[in-house]
Amino acid sequence: MRLIISSEGPNPSDRVDPRFGRARYLIQYDSASESYVSIDNTEQAQAAQGAGVQCAQKVVESGAEALLTGHCGPKAFQVLVEANVKIYSGFEGTVLDAVDSWKNGNLEPLAAPDGIARH
Amino acid sequence: MRIAVASGKGGTGKTTVAVNLALIAARAGQTVHLGDCDVEEPNAHLFLNPDYDFVRPVMVPVPVVDHDACNHCGECAAFCEFNAIACLPEKTMIFDDLCHSCSGCWLVCPHEAMIPSERSLGTVSSGTADGLAFTQGRLRVGETLVPPLIQAVKEVTGDESWVILDAPPGTTCPVVETLRDADYVVLVTEPTPFGQHDLALALDLTRKLGIPCGVVINRASAVPSPVDDYCVREGVGILARIPFRREVAEACAEGGLAIEADPEVAAVMTELFRTLQSLGVKT
Repeated sequence: MRLIISSEGPNPSDRVDPRFGRARYLIQYDSASESYVSIDNTEQAQAAQGAGVQCAQKVVESGAEALLTGHCGPKAFQVLVEANVKIYSGFEGTVLDAVDSWKNGNLEPLAAPDGIARH
Repeated sequence: MRIAVASGKGGTGKTTVAVNLALIAARAGQTVHLGDCDVEEPNAHLFLNPDYDFVRPVMVPVPVVDHDACNHCGECAAFCEFNAIACLPEKTMIFDDLCHSCSGCWLVCPHEAMIPSERSLGTVSSGTADGLAFTQGRLRVGETLVPPLIQAVKEVTGDESWVILDAPPGTTCPVVETLRDADYVVLVTEPTPFGQHDLALALDLTRKLGIPCGVVINRASAVPSPVDDYCVREGVGILARIPFRREVAEACAEGGLAIEADPEVAAVMTELFRTLQSLGVKT
């Protein structure tokens, strides 16, 4: 199974970026191979508007089944739900920590957007 | 002559200058059209109580997806500069409030699956008040796309000898849209550091647009302020200094006119009208 984690840096030891659409990096984690791949999100992060929409589309294209992030705004939420990607929010530590708590289970997927839409 | 009244900082007195200048010009026998381009919070009507001849919606094109024709190829989403389209493997989604109505998606769609529809930006109201033509734009609550609505206000103004446009504050796209085809820009400021700071931004914008301009210092005291020095340094003319009068503030708060609240303010505004007239105005 594949996850995407919003990250402040390219390494799994970097902190989870609290923003989803404007995260500097997206880190892809594959649970079968336990491997991490970093995706530079600078272009989306600097979009004048609609960063969340674009970023959500990118997550769907990656084939990820779940997203771990800080907050998820209403438009990105709509896109991810439509594509059956589960969203887990509220992460504050490192990407590694976030993946660990996902592995431990007991996480409730986000039922409604918890970020603010910005233009 | 098309005059835009702009400021940078909000609350400096753009609307006071625009409304009172328009009335003085009308009373001097000019044909005048006042356009309130501050469509996010129009307020010139509060001083004029116009009789409206029409109120009409302003629509812009937006796409809707024909889900039967769409095969989710993603060309529309890849083209959209404003990220208003998300193309998923089994669904193409449109976010109307991000759309800038460029029409690109239905031009690039290879499957004719993007159907042009419309959304309302707000309304334009037009009528007359106190011997002048008056037009106001009013943005729909929740809407963020402003320039096309300002264009719609400007389209109602005609060949009046004086078209006076009350601009929104700031230096953003709506201000550029208001100013772009003006013959002259009146920059209203106040003698405070904040007023001067934002005057500098507005002056920079006006010069980049290549439009001649002059400054009106509102709430001025008798003593020259640092804003006066700034204008001298920048080589921009001071058109008028409107004296600070409590009576004017009280009148404005009640929807009254500055020129009727204080004779000295009326004289300054009349002088401003003559100065603008002498600057090569077609009369």
